[in-house]
Amino acid sequence: MITLNDYLMVAGILFAIGLAGVVVRRNIIVIYMCLEMMLSAANLTLVAFSRFHLVDGAPDYAAQSLVFFTITVAAAEVAVGLAIIVALFRAKQSVDVESVTKLQG
Amino acid sequence: MPSVLFYLFAAITLLFGVGVVVARNPVASALSLVCSFTGLAALFISLDAYFIGTLQILVYAGAVMVLFLFIIMLLDIKAVEGRPTNYATAVGGLLLAVLFTIQIAMVLGGFKEGRIALADQPLKMEATASKATLNTIKDELAEGTLPDAKLMGFTLFDKYPFQLQVVGLLLLAGTVGVVVLSKRDRKEEVS
Repeated sequence: MITLNDYLMVAGILFAIGLAGVVVRRNIIVIYMCLEMMLSAANLTLVAFSRFHLVDGAPDYAAQSLVFFTITVAAAEVAVGLAIIVALFRAKQSVDVESVTKLQG
Repeated sequence: MPSVLFYLFAAITLLFGVGVVVARNPVASALSLVCSFTGLAALFISLDAYFIGTLQILVYAGAVMVLFLFIIMLLDIKAVEGRPTNYATAVGGLLLAVLFTIQIAMVLGGFKEGRIALADQPLKMEATASKATLNTIKDELAEGTLPDAKLMGFTLFDKYPFQLQVVGLLLLAGTVGVVVLSKRDRKEEVS
């Protein structure tokens, strides 16, 4: 039987993979994709909790509204972030995080 | 949803997720992420969140990932690939992921409320129908189907109309910001 814990575990592992990707990879674009993965993992926990917390016999739509807003904000964030990456590439001719060390002491 | 399908889609989500991190070529990473998000959308749909599942495919697997692929192709970043992997960071990242997973597993091991199955928590359409105020929602609930998109829209516009406006404003600000950021300076081009 599939329980709430199974869904939460999948979301946890997905978040862990995204976290590892952010730490390991040096390509900014791939780091960005891993961030998206972590956001989606959080969305999965929200949807799972919404389904298992019934309000009047239907899933809790307050949680799904939060997921809706998260997806919208994430889409806006991706657009702005990718524009910044393009600007960065124009300045540095690279998308490697190690090419951006101006703030390093 | 039968358990087999859950395990199948969970495996698709997680394995392609690993593929995003492991792939050397950013295009392969992006395509892995599309597959991972499709599996995730199937998991959403298995949780009766049809609207969110559709949104995940349309917005994430569709729009956002196409944007990623566009930028990858626009920048043509093949040249930076091919550097040797830094094994210290790779081991560190793997260790972090494993530790995080173990922690989640231990927390969930003690989470007794989470041991309820989907079948023990069936949707009660009649109870929802008696509370529904819109006839179109009521009719579909009476037929025994969950009008997910309608209920979602009703919640958004009934409970969170202000937040919806704010998000619209955010998208507008994002659009303007992208245009400003990616506009090339006239003076810069001359020099």
